[in-house]
Amino acid sequence: MPSLGADMTSGKLVSWHVKPGDVVKRGDIVATVDTSKAEIDVEIFEDGTIGELLVAEGERVPVGSVLATVNGAPQAAAEPAPVEPVPAPAAERRPASPLARRTAADLGVPLGQVTGSGPGGAILVRDVGASAAPSEPQPDRALSMREAIAAAMARSKREIPHYYLGTTIDMEAALTWLSEQNAQRPVAERVLPAVLMLKAVAIACRELPAFNGYWVEGAFRPGTGVHLGVAISLRTGGLVAPAIHDADRLDLDALMAALRDLVRRARSGGLRSSELTDPTVTVTNLGDGGVPTVYGVIYPPQVALVGFGSISERPWAAGGMLGARRAVDTTLAADHRATDGMSGASFLKAVDRLLQTPEQL
Amino acid sequence: MTPPPLATIEDAQRLVLDALVDVAPDLEGTRIPADALLREDLGLDSMDFMNLMAALSELLDADIPERDVSQLETVEACAAYLHDRAGIR
Repeated sequence: MPSLGADMTSGKLVSWHVKPGDVVKRGDIVATVDTSKAEIDVEIFEDGTIGELLVAEGERVPVGSVLATVNGAPQAAAEPAPVEPVPAPAAERRPASPLARRTAADLGVPLGQVTGSGPGGAILVRDVGASAAPSEPQPDRALSMREAIAAAMARSKREIPHYYLGTTIDMEAALTWLSEQNAQRPVAERVLPAVLMLKAVAIACRELPAFNGYWVEGAFRPGTGVHLGVAISLRTGGLVAPAIHDADRLDLDALMAALRDLVRRARSGGLRSSELTDPTVTVTNLGDGGVPTVYGVIYPPQVALVGFGSISERPWAAGGMLGARRAVDTTLAADHRATDGMSGASFLKAVDRLLQTPEQL
Repeated sequence: MTPPPLATIEDAQRLVLDALVDVAPDLEGTRIPADALLREDLGLDSMDFMNLMAALSELLDADIPERDVSQLETVEACAAYLHDRAGIR
């Protein structure tokens, strides 16, 4: 059972996507696991042939337990741990509505045992309800999500000496340019202002790599790329912050597509394990929440978190004149073990500078 | 694309609600008042809202200009827009 974040201690195997004898290669999705936060598709990190499935669908095991054996590879994706082998039936991924999938996970009902009544045999939430044993206890998903966030954030505040910097960035040039671009595009191809801000942060991380990476074993380890964690509200409570890989190298359209895809999968299931373990820095955008400023808590073992509040029109003095301009409060929460305030100031200045030339993002 | 059944305002409202639940699956099975504000009452964020507009655009088989988007604040406003635009299609 892989660790899919600093806040995960155990996971429930929801379904297998492979069976003994299947040939797999690195990056294939082999199982879906329910952390306390979301259902995650687990990728395998070795090439080989699936030997034995050691954990049954519906079973919860600690992080580090071996889920399966892989022949032709040293071991499966997790460290060995004493787990009783349980024979498990293989199940293919069946069409199911996101709500049905989530409800099945909550009730501990393997989707393979549910008869779907929807289009093409798709499983609907009422089908899950009909298959669930009435006496089964129902875990409180909101509570377990809260506990997971509590554990990670308590660790962050216990271990990371945060420092905070903030600046107000003039967004007039970025928004005017974006508005002109969007006016020529159909609605499905328009780009959100948040994407410009994500791209600016990603490039700033490339320019100032001390903010992009991890604090592990008493030292800073830089990230292998800019894998931008994006805090996504799950609507039903809580949040996850999966990564957009190599965000600094994506153009704005590709970044918008990646963000749209990530939000959809974060809310309906289907995040990949690498997306939860790879973020090298996190961005939180509370603009839709209507607050001007957000002071973030760093997600360990990362060393920085950038926060954006709502974009609003502000009185703006420049060149001895007072005018009104759209602007956004931008904050940096950074780990003082890894960086100092002066470099933090340079980081925020870089984000500001990059947003003044949106056509170059 | 086959035009969706938009003969009545009720047809349009049903299609808007379907699109809404697609964008925000947690709303499935809940009662959504026609005058609920999409952002403030139903909690759609910018991405959800843009996805809803894209879904409506697909139903119409026509684009929704930026100037119209800002007027579509409720389910009933979306339904009326869909119905009116389908009528002149």
